[in-house]
Amino acid sequence: MAAAAALEAVAPTGALWGLVQDFVMGQQEGPADQVAADVKSGSYTVLQVVEALGSSLENPEPRTRARGIQLLSQVLLQCHSLLLEKEVVHLILFYENRLKDHHLVIPSVLQGLRALSLCVSLPPGLAVSVLKAIFQEVHVQSLPQVDRHTVYSIITNFMRTREEELKGLGADFTFGFIQVMDGEKDPRNLLVAFHIVHDLISRDYSLGPFVEELFEVTSCYFPIDFTPPPNDPHGIQREDLILSLRAVLASTPRFAEFLLPLLIEKVDSEILSAKLDSLQTLNACCSVYGQKELKDFLPSLWASVRREVFQTASERVEAEGLAALHSLTACLSRSVLRADAEDLLDSFLSNILQDCRHHLCEPDMKLVWPSAKLLQAAAGASARACDHITSNVLPLLLEQFHKHSQSNQRRTILEMILGFLKLQQKWSCEDKDERPLSGFKDQLCSLVFMALTDPNTQLQLVGIRTLTVLGAQPGLLSSGDLELAVGHLYRLSFLEEESQSCRVAALEASGTLATLYPLAFSSHLVPKLAEELCLGESDLARGDGPTKHSQHLCCLQALSAVSTHPSLVKETLPLLLQHLCQMNKGNMAAGPNEVIAVCQSLQQVAEKCQLDPESCWYFHQTAIPCLLALAVQASMPGKEHSVLRKVLLEDEVLAAMVSVIGTATTHLSPDLAAQSVARIVPLFLDGNISFLPENSFPCRFQPFQVEIPQLNQLMRELLELSCCDSCPFSSTAAAKCFAGLLNKHPAGQQLDEFLQLAVDKVEAGLGSGPCRTQAFTLLLWVTKALLLRYHPLSSCLTDRLMGLLSDPELGPAAADGFSLLMSDCTDVLTRAGHAEVRIMFRQRFFTDNVPALVQGFHAAPQDVKPNYLKGLSHVLNRLPKPVLLPELPTLLSLLLEALSCPDSVVQLSTLSCLQPLLLEAPQVMSLHIDTLVTKFLNLSSSPSMAVRIAALQCMHALTRLPTPVLLPYKPQVIRALAKPLDDKKRLVRKEAVSARGEWFLLGSPGS
Amino acid sequence: MVGGGGAGGGLLENANPLIYERSGERPVTAGEEDEQVPDSIDAREIFDLIRSINDPEHPLTLEELNVVEQVRVQVSDPESTVAVAFTPTIPHCSMATLIGLSIKVKLLRSLPQRFKMDVHITPGTHASEHAVNKQLADKERVAAALENTHLLEVVNQCLSARS
Repeated sequence: MAAAAALEAVAPTGALWGLVQDFVMGQQEGPADQVAADVKSGSYTVLQVVEALGSSLENPEPRTRARGIQLLSQVLLQCHSLLLEKEVVHLILFYENRLKDHHLVIPSVLQGLRALSLCVSLPPGLAVSVLKAIFQEVHVQSLPQVDRHTVYSIITNFMRTREEELKGLGADFTFGFIQVMDGEKDPRNLLVAFHIVHDLISRDYSLGPFVEELFEVTSCYFPIDFTPPPNDPHGIQREDLILSLRAVLASTPRFAEFLLPLLIEKVDSEILSAKLDSLQTLNACCSVYGQKELKDFLPSLWASVRREVFQTASERVEAEGLAALHSLTACLSRSVLRADAEDLLDSFLSNILQDCRHHLCEPDMKLVWPSAKLLQAAAGASARACDHITSNVLPLLLEQFHKHSQSNQRRTILEMILGFLKLQQKWSCEDKDERPLSGFKDQLCSLVFMALTDPNTQLQLVGIRTLTVLGAQPGLLSSGDLELAVGHLYRLSFLEEESQSCRVAALEASGTLATLYPLAFSSHLVPKLAEELCLGESDLARGDGPTKHSQHLCCLQALSAVSTHPSLVKETLPLLLQHLCQMNKGNMAAGPNEVIAVCQSLQQVAEKCQLDPESCWYFHQTAIPCLLALAVQASMPGKEHSVLRKVLLEDEVLAAMVSVIGTATTHLSPDLAAQSVARIVPLFLDGNISFLPENSFPCRFQPFQVEIPQLNQLMRELLELSCCDSCPFSSTAAAKCFAGLLNKHPAGQQLDEFLQLAVDKVEAGLGSGPCRTQAFTLLLWVTKALLLRYHPLSSCLTDRLMGLLSDPELGPAAADGFSLLMSDCTDVLTRAGHAEVRIMFRQRFFTDNVPALVQGFHAAPQDVKPNYLKGLSHVLNRLPKPVLLPELPTLLSLLLEALSCPDSVVQLSTLSCLQPLLLEAPQVMSLHIDTLVTKFLNLSSSPSMAVRIAALQCMHALTRLPTPVLLPYKPQVIRALAKPLDDKKRLVRKEAVSARGEWFLLGSPGS
Repeated sequence: MVGGGGAGGGLLENANPLIYERSGERPVTAGEEDEQVPDSIDAREIFDLIRSINDPEHPLTLEELNVVEQVRVQVSDPESTVAVAFTPTIPHCSMATLIGLSIKVKLLRSLPQRFKMDVHITPGTHASEHAVNKQLADKERVAAALENTHLLEVVNQCLSARS
């Protein structure tokens, strides 16, 4: 090194000399960065630095030498990219040599080598030589953590850039590394070391005879038992270590003979996490292992899994055990066999069957569920496994069903059968010729029908689910079976109030099966329903009692439920529309509820049609003209005075009809929608404008890019209507409609004109007079339309809205307006209706406006403060919790104040913000314990049930705070929580019970 | 108060008990969500309080062991009375008193004070049925038992939520 320096006899500049002296002798840290910066800027070369260091590198005092080398290393760390190949060679030789030096010097030497390991210009051969020197000279595990980490970094760097050279070392490299990491204790270093081992294996470095050593040096950490210290700045979680160790252990089949016995042993551990880790690792192994690796261990593995599933207390252990069994079976099913090898899958499955089947037959039914779950886990692994198990188990279960006579036991057995049938579904598409179920079809059908007629609701429910699954097996059910099944479903669709769940399940099953067997439903179910509907019409005409009424409702629901196939829609839709028209004829005593019920059924049909363009268009063409005709006709003055005429004009009924039209339109393709609009807009514009309250609906369903005739005129009319004080319903609808069109209108002069008109209208209306509310509604909807598309004007309008929070008249409405701004509408401004909705608009609104809201709150006079809190609550409520959490601490003081606000919306939203905060940031919250306890307890007797529930949930979450903080409050809280135990609402009592239970356990032994 | 028993140590008395399915969460009805309608305390509500108590001996709940059943809960909200009968898994179960105590404590912590509660063994299912019932009915003995740190620890373990 010194010789190299002499070659280029350049005198070190005075400044450099001074800096070096300051660093080495003066013990100052600053000069190192200065020197590095100067080298980078080209003021000196690395060589000059070495020269300036000169004597200190050879100083007899090890501390001085260490300091000298430290300076050089720090410079190299920053300047390694500038080094020439020749310099690198010299530096490496120097540093390798220094590895033999005093132990005080070693850390700096390693730093230097790390810098050099990053050099691109490192000549071939040197990486190997550095590593050899480290392996030979350094006893890594006696170094401090940081320096061990440096060694791992050097190795990682070389492995990344010099893979081929290192592989040239053969198994020596692996052995060297094993010695380096043997005994490592620090979690930070372990993460790196595990990563290196994983690379050694996955990049195919030679392990030579050291497979077992490599396994030992890593597996000794299994299962990971590490709890990060409190306030750990490194952020290493137990989970990180578990996953990286698992990646190593499960990376190669070569570890199998060592790992599997270890796993079998650890599954039996007393510690829950060890069990889980072992089972999960086993699961991971199965994706790289084959039959060969598993062969010798299968009996023990099965015994372990079985024991865990049979005896466990923890659902997680059970789930992991089942997952492991699934993977084992999948692994055996997948393995390619040599011609002479025995197929282990068969013997493995036979073992499972042998150990489980007798539990299925025990008369007392103990262990039936765990056994069934085990069998199903194995059967779910492959088609072969599924057939093997199903063909053995099904006959057994069928027999058991008949042996037991109690409905509860039968339900259990049928549930198990259902589980196996579902698995069959997973594979049925793969094998075509064989249908393992066909042999059992008749037995299964008769069993299902037996269940469907059983008085026990639970058994019926399982029966319905089983029927659905059987129906889904292609070609299994005969037409006779189907006729019977449809008959049962018809009966179940009219069940009484108390078997609601069964009725709902039957309707759902009808819908699913109708897509597969439309013919069976159209010939056996629809005619019966049509008849029922006719009967209902005459019954309604006679004004019969409530039973008939609910029958009628069931019938309507059944009709919409089966409208899942295009051919069925063509039958059910005319029936429903005809029914509606019959009502309009006025010979029935139909109230708004009946009409709404029909509309709801129509809407359900419309929803089902949305997926199929053809049905969708059919529905649109058939239903919309009919509905519009009814509504327009009803609104005409001077026509005959039927009762229904009035009914049809009620807001709720109109809203229900509108909802049908909206649903029928949202999924139309643009060209079809254009056709439709072309017919509907003239209806509105060319008629008499003032006479139709519902005339503003048509425009709500104009999808994006649909050319709208006479747009200019339409917009002006809407705007006019929106601020007219005759009918609130129609002015709101007009405002919504205007907003919907505004949102989709392309930017440009015309849009600006519309906006200007709207703003003028709003300002004129807000000024004073009778139309302030209408103007406010218009402002709200226009703001929403612009907010969704990030229009620049939206911030002006939002500010205007925020200004209204302190308006004595409109303040509360403005506060609620924030809820509308943040929520998704169902009718207008929806994505389905092709509105322009930017995905992050809520987050953006939050960032843009919350500071102003907070500021407004502090500045506002006392009587309008609640409006600000309420507005803020709405914004916070609609924001995704993960986005909200980091922001909450800054809002904390406001939230605490909001707890005292008398408005229950504010209370509820504040509680729902505080609850996750209590769980996530207990330390911060501890500071406010006194306020929190008092307020939460106060709110637990709020008149609003939702607030009481939320307050008690917060009381429960409080127990996550550090126990010493809570203990002084324990007696007081336990006394106070006795009161909600006697709340009149069960849901409140439930929360009170769990909160009080947790408080009892605080600081008590055994908790 | 609990003779000889305790949670740890020794062989299990009934190593392989029958296991029963857990019933699901009680479905929430429209009436329960209506602010105005009062929901009276019924048998299912009491059963929900006690069904998830852990057995002191097995890693299972009292429901899974069929020690408690909804049909063995009698409750009258207007009269403020509750009676719970529990069935030990075997007639000589030394844990019977401890199980009864856990049920009793759970009810004490979870029910309004106005309730008078009676926890007893299902008639004819335990050898020392009478003695156990007497201990459970004795307020002073129950209070004294909860002063005992060791007993309180076991009871609290039974009442802690499962992982």
